[in-house]
Amino acid sequence: MKFVDEFRDGTAARRYAHALARIITRPWTLMEVCGGQTHAILRFGLDALLPDGVRLIHGPGCPVCVTPLALIDKALALAARPNVTFCSFGDMLRVPGSAGDLQGVKAAGGDVRVVYSPLDAVRVAAALPDREVIFFAVGFETTAPANAMAVMHAAAQGLRNFSLLVAHVLVPPAMEAILASPRCRVQGFLAAGHVCTVMGYAAYEPIARAYRVPIVVTGFEPLDLLQGIYMCVRQLEAGRAEVENQYARSVRRQGNTGAQRMITEVFEVVPRAWRGIGEIPHSGLALRPQYAHFDAERRFRLTVPGAPEPEECISGLILQGVHAPPECAEFGRRCTPEHPLGAPMVSSEGACAAYYRFRRPAPEAAEEGRV
Amino acid sequence: MCLAIPGRIVTITDDGELTRRGRVDFSGIVREVNLAFVPEAAVGDYVIVHVGVALSVVDQREAERVFEYLREIDEVRELEADP
Repeated sequence: MKFVDEFRDGTAARRYAHALARIITRPWTLMEVCGGQTHAILRFGLDALLPDGVRLIHGPGCPVCVTPLALIDKALALAARPNVTFCSFGDMLRVPGSAGDLQGVKAAGGDVRVVYSPLDAVRVAAALPDREVIFFAVGFETTAPANAMAVMHAAAQGLRNFSLLVAHVLVPPAMEAILASPRCRVQGFLAAGHVCTVMGYAAYEPIARAYRVPIVVTGFEPLDLLQGIYMCVRQLEAGRAEVENQYARSVRRQGNTGAQRMITEVFEVVPRAWRGIGEIPHSGLALRPQYAHFDAERRFRLTVPGAPEPEECISGLILQGVHAPPECAEFGRRCTPEHPLGAPMVSSEGACAAYYRFRRPAPEAAEEGRV
Repeated sequence: MCLAIPGRIVTITDDGELTRRGRVDFSGIVREVNLAFVPEAAVGDYVIVHVGVALSVVDQREAERVFEYLREIDEVRELEADP
């Protein structure tokens, strides 16, 4: 695939790793923000290619993982209603709520459908005028234009049976929350390339200045990640803390202004609770009052009792990079992708799922304590 | 969830402001994609697509920079090694 295969070239990857080894004089800890980057790092073994001084910790960039339990419970309650067709990205179906998951609701006869795009959910609503069609609008800034577009399409078609259960989160406030934490060990960030494709990167410039931390907007292929790491380490070695753009083939400083206009038309910034982390001010999106009839929470006046987070899952510490997945006592034991205790083991972007898939020791080796 | 992949626009089938869309080829798999956020994109361009919506046009010149950058840092090393 053009613009994919050439960025996976092994020889060039090793050249980047050697170049990095030449400039590094002391250890540095970087955080890749996006779960897609975490998966690429583990899948391609990039962490093993890096010189010893570079430590990567994995950030909170997994929307499925940070969607709070209360919203999952609302999704389960809505999806179980007999007049509801509940549409979702596939990743959400196995995320555990306080009692079961969407897959279980579907197995019990609920009309739960996996869609590729929120625009597909609008088509479902147009085809089923007698049913309430709800789309679970989970995601970061990358997904917000598509969800805003779905609302605009539904409005243009005069659909009265379409609504969103909104769980949108924003990346820069989460990066600030991580930097402000006394437990923060992050010295440089690889910012999420597709979030910046939409939003640009001007919003990161005050963060880089205030916290004296280099931020490199980075893509998702092995060479993107290695170049992003190189650029970040070069800044750290030189005592610089600037915003740089490695992923310029997709990201412009101003982002996609048309997409931003549509997000702003449909959504407003609100405080949002992050699963395992807590509420972060200005870190979420909700539908504006003029689009309230597309808001499933307002439309169905849901009250779901607040349930405590399960104690055996340390997802909050994983999502903030305080612990790596193998440091969790339940990792690969009671918590597996088949029987997840928390969302990071479910999502295709979750750090626990990435370690389970690409870095799990062979069972006999683990038994003997050799790994 | 922020997975987005590059594909080449094969045809543009609708040019409405909200509904601009076309068929995009992802190495042999062709899907319909909303192109409303990339009004500048034309047939033959590569676009970055996320959940059925194109978010940017791939800048081919910038794509080559990853390799140029690598050549530059390797050249600096050779200069340093052989003053």
